[in-house]
Amino acid sequence: MTDPILSLQNATLSLNGNAGPVDILHGISLDVQRGETLGLIGPSGSGKSSLLMLMGGLEHATGGQITVLGQNLADMNEDALARFRRARIGVVFQSFHLIPTMTGLENVATPLELAGVRDAFGRAAAELDAVDLAHRADHYPSQMSGGEQQRVALARAAAPRPDIMLADEPTGNLDEANGRAIMDLLFGLRDRHGATLVLVTHAPDLARRCDRVIRLRDGRIDATETVE
Amino acid sequence: MSLGLAARFAGRELRGGLRQFRIFLACLALGVAAIAAVGSVRSSIKAGLAAEGAVLLGGDAELKFTYRFATPDERAWMADAGLAASEIVDFRSMAVVEHQTGAERGLTQIKAVDDLYPLRGTVRLEPDMPLAQALDGRDGVPGAVMERVLVDRLGLEVGDVLRFGTQQFVLSAVLAHEPDSVSAGFGLGPRTILRTKALGNSGLLAPGTLFSTRYRLSLADDADLDALETDAKSTFPNSGLRWRDARNGTPGVSEFVERLGAFLILVGLSGLAVGGVGVSAAVWAYLAGKTSVIATLRTLGATRETIFQTYFLQIGALAILGIVIGLALGGLAPLIFAPFLDAILPVSARFSFYPEPLFEAAIYGLLIALIFTLWPMARTDDVHVAVLFRDALASARLFPRGLYLVAILALMILLVLLAALFSETPWLTLWTTGGIVGSLGLLTLSAIGIRAIARHSARALRGRPVWRWAVAAIGGSGEGAGPVVLSLGLGLSVLAAVGQVDGNLRNAISGQLPKVAPSYFFVDIQKDQMPGFTDRLMNDPAVRKVDSAPMLRGIITRINGHPAVDVAGDHWVLQGDRGVTYSAAKPAEARVTAGKWWPEDYSGPPLISFAAEEASELGLGIGDSLTINILGRDITGTVSSFREVDFSTAGIGFIVSMNPSALSGAPHSFISTVYAEPEAEAEILRDLANAYPNISAIRVRDAIDQVADVLSGLATATAYGAAATLLTGFLVLIGASAAGEQARTYEAAVLKTLGATRRRILASFALRAGLLGAAAGSVALIAGIAGGWAVSRFILEMDFTVIWSSVLAIIGGGILATLLADLGFAWRPLAACPAQVLRARE
Repeated sequence: MTDPILSLQNATLSLNGNAGPVDILHGISLDVQRGETLGLIGPSGSGKSSLLMLMGGLEHATGGQITVLGQNLADMNEDALARFRRARIGVVFQSFHLIPTMTGLENVATPLELAGVRDAFGRAAAELDAVDLAHRADHYPSQMSGGEQQRVALARAAAPRPDIMLADEPTGNLDEANGRAIMDLLFGLRDRHGATLVLVTHAPDLARRCDRVIRLRDGRIDATETVE
Repeated sequence: MSLGLAARFAGRELRGGLRQFRIFLACLALGVAAIAAVGSVRSSIKAGLAAEGAVLLGGDAELKFTYRFATPDERAWMADAGLAASEIVDFRSMAVVEHQTGAERGLTQIKAVDDLYPLRGTVRLEPDMPLAQALDGRDGVPGAVMERVLVDRLGLEVGDVLRFGTQQFVLSAVLAHEPDSVSAGFGLGPRTILRTKALGNSGLLAPGTLFSTRYRLSLADDADLDALETDAKSTFPNSGLRWRDARNGTPGVSEFVERLGAFLILVGLSGLAVGGVGVSAAVWAYLAGKTSVIATLRTLGATRETIFQTYFLQIGALAILGIVIGLALGGLAPLIFAPFLDAILPVSARFSFYPEPLFEAAIYGLLIALIFTLWPMARTDDVHVAVLFRDALASARLFPRGLYLVAILALMILLVLLAALFSETPWLTLWTTGGIVGSLGLLTLSAIGIRAIARHSARALRGRPVWRWAVAAIGGSGEGAGPVVLSLGLGLSVLAAVGQVDGNLRNAISGQLPKVAPSYFFVDIQKDQMPGFTDRLMNDPAVRKVDSAPMLRGIITRINGHPAVDVAGDHWVLQGDRGVTYSAAKPAEARVTAGKWWPEDYSGPPLISFAAEEASELGLGIGDSLTINILGRDITGTVSSFREVDFSTAGIGFIVSMNPSALSGAPHSFISTVYAEPEAEAEILRDLANAYPNISAIRVRDAIDQVADVLSGLATATAYGAAATLLTGFLVLIGASAAGEQARTYEAAVLKTLGATRRRILASFALRAGLLGAAAGSVALIAGIAGGWAVSRFILEMDFTVIWSSVLAIIGGGILATLLADLGFAWRPLAACPAQVLRARE
């Protein structure tokens, strides 16, 4: 068996709240293999999104070790993590998080520009085309529907051909039809680029599209299920 | 009913605290405080002048004569009218001190007094002694006291001997305080006080010498000043006497304080307008955050009227709070800084709370708050239920309903009218407010243009992400390009305009004049001294040119038989006495623009050649008659020609020139301008002063420096006013940066997620601040230069050249200020953990 692309060893996360430190994750250990799709499910507050943030280096673990593509994230400061993410990790959020002052095309091109891709805008246009939004390239996020914004966010995450795609409830703000379309696009992009996908979702049927599903409860792994 | 409900809603909304209104309150409070403080200082000075009118005047009333002493009849009238009358003679002279290394000379303004001086107030001397004792002198040599600056310049010590004309005096003490100095007006030399009777053998005060006499009266407590003034003027109708009394002992100073105060309040008003931009931005940001509340209220059945009233009452209450804070600060500041102000003011002020300037400041504050908040508040109308929880205000239409626009326009007109009324200088007010409105208009257009350019240039910046992010942020709606460009631009425009005016004034005085100006004016040259005087100069190869002319002084009292002030108002030519000369032949440099010069042998009724520009301002025509009071005698002549007089060259320029037979019988002296090489000046001065001790030499450079000093003080006062404007601008910048902090934190979190380093994000923040600062600065450069040009050209009537060093330094400072304000708020966006920021938005 090859080395896992993503590995967590006894990872913990505590955040300082107004009433003192709050333990979010307790000693999470798991491995994700290259090309695997992993679903994270669990009730609200179980730590799914926090675990995803740890995997993307968007949050610093309080304890334990997180290794992504052979790199220990704890060894990297914030800027090193940002550089690391550029071409290797794509993130999709529930609330899209497009930059409101940039057009759809510019949003998609941003990670490519950061990665120093020569034809950033040409590739960004192709990615937008792949999510059927070529006609919205010059529109600002405020001029798009929620489904369109999420498709732009998907294109942005996929544009640098990342090794890993992290998706945090990407259909949470969308209706059922739009949600299904987004999931099709997400898995389609993942299939086309061969990226590893970690998907946080509330919906068990969506999770079952993944190779494996981990259920979290109170910041701990409650169950692991391999989907046939 | 709607208003009561709105008040309850408003009260509940304000329970959230005032934290987000800090900039709103600071902008309004600072602007109001600046105006209130200037107004309070002005009122304090005026109160001081009114309360100490008698001391400043040196008596309860004063009769002033030019060029002559009072006649026996006039003295008799004064003896009847007052309890006591004190005579003062005021003239220029040269103080001469013989040192072992040679003689030192210095121009001084002599006040020759009698034993009664001062009737009011006290003269303070160093060392401390009574004035009478100081003027008694020592060993039969009369005494004199002199201001420290001249004592030091002449290298004198107390006890040393000096000379005025041919009379020796002993310097008994240094003059530390002269109670009536303010009423004496502008003097070209430091003050010396001595006794009139000690001048008997000095050779000074010969017929024709330029001097004035003042007779101060001590009156009974119940004296009727109005009646006495009327009686004096009617008893001596054509005597040329000028009356002043303790009710307004220092009209010149009062007027100066009034004008300067009015000007500084207008500068303060521009600061308040800058604050208005900040107030507007704060209201806009506040209401943008209230979109969901407004939409929810709509859902629950609130009408547009109720919602508008709810926010109007909130903003109104906050505006009143800001104004009250400003009034308290502005009213208290003069009291707190009273010791400092007392030290720098030439008159003693009575610092206290004065309601009038506070009322004026409050009215300005209220109007500015209304003008700048109505527009954003009107846009609450555009929040519809259908767009609940969406960015409704951002997509609202640009212009509010017509009713609001009319209200804003009416308030602006009211503000201008009130400003004109309060300042009593309508033209200056219109110029200033026109400048402010014009600059705001230009800056608004610039802000819109900058955003449009930014949106369209993003494509050209592909591949340069840092530049593209910065430009995209400027082009977007959330970055506050409008408030930054407006507030910084207006603040910089005011400062740049002040810098241009100041620089051009200084250039005009110290830069241009000396190129054409004479080295010295010599005054009080007696007619029999003229041949020798001229001979000494004409035989000196270092002297390039000598112009001499007879010199008398007279007051234009009537035009075509009517009182001159009734015909031509308060034109400067009619205020006080003017130089009058005579000449048989037309001077070589004179250019007659209308009429004819009289024949050289003309000996008929008096004819007058009048300065063309001033004649036009007074409305004079050829053939008009003028009555000029010279030495208490009325001389009426007919205007026969106009001629060009160029005062800007500092040569001899007389408003009035007459034919010789009209004036040559009157006692008079001559004035002479000497253009010489600088290295020869000292020798010329020594020779002439030794040969003719009675004449005074006025070094043009010294006179110019003294005028420059006065103007420099004015420029400093104005710069303080402009600095308050810029400080308000900086506050608005901080407000805009603070308002944008949340947006930038979010943007930084997304960019970090996409792989941007903190350095690149910081570079992008710095770039957008720099670009906005540069944009505001560019507009300020144009507006500041235009403003400086307009003031120089139309108000000061002088040539204008752009002072690039000043304007570029101001613009550079503006860019730096924007960078500082912006980067001060960059720390949190850069330090924030992206996961927490992004999840908070989920």
